[in-house]
Amino acid sequence: MKGMLPLVQNETLKIWKKKRFYVILLILLVLVPLFTYAQLRVSQTNAANFKDWRNQIQQQITDLQNTLASDRMPEEWKKYDRIKVQQLQYYLDHDINPNSPDAATFTRQFMASSVSMFFPLLILALSSDLVSGERTGGTIKMLLTRPVRRWKILTSKLIALTLYVSLAILATGAVCYLISGLLFGYGGWTMPVFTGFVIDGSAIDATGVHAVPQWAYMLMQSGLIWISCMTIAILSTMVSVLVRSTAASIVTMMAAVISGSILAGMASSWEAAKYIFSVNIDLTDYLEGTPPPIAGMDIGFSLAVLGIWAAAALVVSYGVFTKQDILN
Amino acid sequence: MTIDYPVRRRPKSRPSAAAQDAASKAGVAAGEPVLDVRGLKKRIRRKWIIHEVGFQVHPGEIFGFLGPNGSGKTTTIRMLVDLIKPTEGEILIGGHHLARDPEKALAEVGCIVENPEMYPYLTGWENLEQFARMQPGIGEDRIREVVSIVRLDERIHDKVRDYSLGMRQRLGIAQALLGRPKLLILDEPTNGLDPKGIKELREFIRMLSATGLSLFISSHLLSEIQLMCDRVAIINEGRVLAVGRVDELVGQASSFVLWQTDRQEEARALLADQPSVQLFGDGEHRLDEGALAHLPGAIVTSVDEEALPDVVELLVRRGIGIEAVQRVAPTLEELFLRLTEVEAE
Repeated sequence: MKGMLPLVQNETLKIWKKKRFYVILLILLVLVPLFTYAQLRVSQTNAANFKDWRNQIQQQITDLQNTLASDRMPEEWKKYDRIKVQQLQYYLDHDINPNSPDAATFTRQFMASSVSMFFPLLILALSSDLVSGERTGGTIKMLLTRPVRRWKILTSKLIALTLYVSLAILATGAVCYLISGLLFGYGGWTMPVFTGFVIDGSAIDATGVHAVPQWAYMLMQSGLIWISCMTIAILSTMVSVLVRSTAASIVTMMAAVISGSILAGMASSWEAAKYIFSVNIDLTDYLEGTPPPIAGMDIGFSLAVLGIWAAAALVVSYGVFTKQDILN
Repeated sequence: MTIDYPVRRRPKSRPSAAAQDAASKAGVAAGEPVLDVRGLKKRIRRKWIIHEVGFQVHPGEIFGFLGPNGSGKTTTIRMLVDLIKPTEGEILIGGHHLARDPEKALAEVGCIVENPEMYPYLTGWENLEQFARMQPGIGEDRIREVVSIVRLDERIHDKVRDYSLGMRQRLGIAQALLGRPKLLILDEPTNGLDPKGIKELREFIRMLSATGLSLFISSHLLSEIQLMCDRVAIINEGRVLAVGRVDELVGQASSFVLWQTDRQEEARALLADQPSVQLFGDGEHRLDEGALAHLPGAIVTSVDEEALPDVVELLVRRGIGIEAVQRVAPTLEELFLRLTEVEAE
């Protein structure tokens, strides 16, 4: 790895000077206040309707049970609601408010709901022109005629990308916490959050459930988000190597991510869909105990699927990048 | 007349591997080629793009690479700098084998392939810093040095997107010189430059050559190569037709003499009678239209060099008023025809 550091410095500098990270920060600074305000309205309505949060949870449980009693609901949908009821009951029994309005909880919920769409979008802003940008700009001719092996160039690009992916996740968390804290207060780090729900058919196995402080939960959550973001980043690097135009590389990756989330919503009867990477990117669901989109998926399975996709993408990227003829 | 046909060269004329190793250790010794290209071939999607390309560039010379657009010049240059892998053949730069030891071989070359494309969102200086970091031993003082060589000192801290083409060209050359190469490869360097820029570039190339650097310059213009180069390889349809000294190769193609007089018909009849003069009709010559622009309706001939003063005197004696007699250099097309004729013999 001799001489790698200056190369990484080059790539880091290029992404920075392209002002990609500013774009990400700007998007966050626009979107987060929007969601914070929406959350504020929700809490205000709840506070007006229920004097105690326990009444609100109880009401939610009753509502769900009523729909469950209805015959018009398909059995498949009932499964999700039954699990939801069990979880709410669990929180109620342990006297913990899962919707407590504070900055840490808001950040946790925002991050969790961003894994499937918002984070992939941010990552694509960084990664999609990593290689294709050099080709459209013609600078690849300068880059590859210097006395540096091609695999080192690609490695330095991937290392720089990893840095920015990590930074983007941190920045999202920080922006969320700082902005929502203005309205909700900066507390909530030590609030216990339950995790370890094991979904077994339509029932929840609560034997493994335990409370962890919110900060520890968020650490685990961020780790999982990082893994799914890195998978997207590596796949998008591969597309960027294969496709010459940056626009085509963004569209290809977005199509893959969106189709994954659509499939996750409808493919519970098509079991083989669970091997598609984008059906597996919602890793934080396992932490929350949301039932997986397709039976037979668990966290180990999803990590393995993502790992295999990423490894294959790396093999293709290195194989093509080091061998390919630069014809234009 | 010597025409160096690399196609027909026997392997025994190559220096031995041991000799090459010794040369690469001692730096390139005089006479040892800086660039040695042997039997280069390239196939893309089952189609042979480059059939047979071979030549040598010696230390300190300006080597021209002449061919029309689409003849395989750029593909060959891309193979020289490892952007395209040759299907067959080998390339040695400064004694280092490009395919086996690309890091050492590429350290000896600086190049601009087609347009000088740099990162537009960085300043000239930041661009040079990028490339300086890719090679050990290039510090800030070296960057400052190349910037002053290409005379870009004043604008070096501006963003490249605000540069003119001429400035980008100079920045490109600065980048190419950064690693103290033995060989500089420039692909159609005068493309897109205005006459003043072209003149500056030529002076600049001569100045670089005076420092002992070898230059490899491609062009589709014979006049460019004549003005700048010592030796030339002529390529057409993926094949090197000839390698040799520019004056010798260009001398093979006859030049034309254009006549403009006050009585063209009479002059034409008179010229037709001279054994040393060959007349050409409208469609028979391969002259550049630009050459005829200043002499519309001129009589196109080729005249033996030593006979020319006599022919002029003859016209004068017959009372024909000579308005212009102009020698015109042969076109690339003409040169190709001669070369292929020579090869066919």
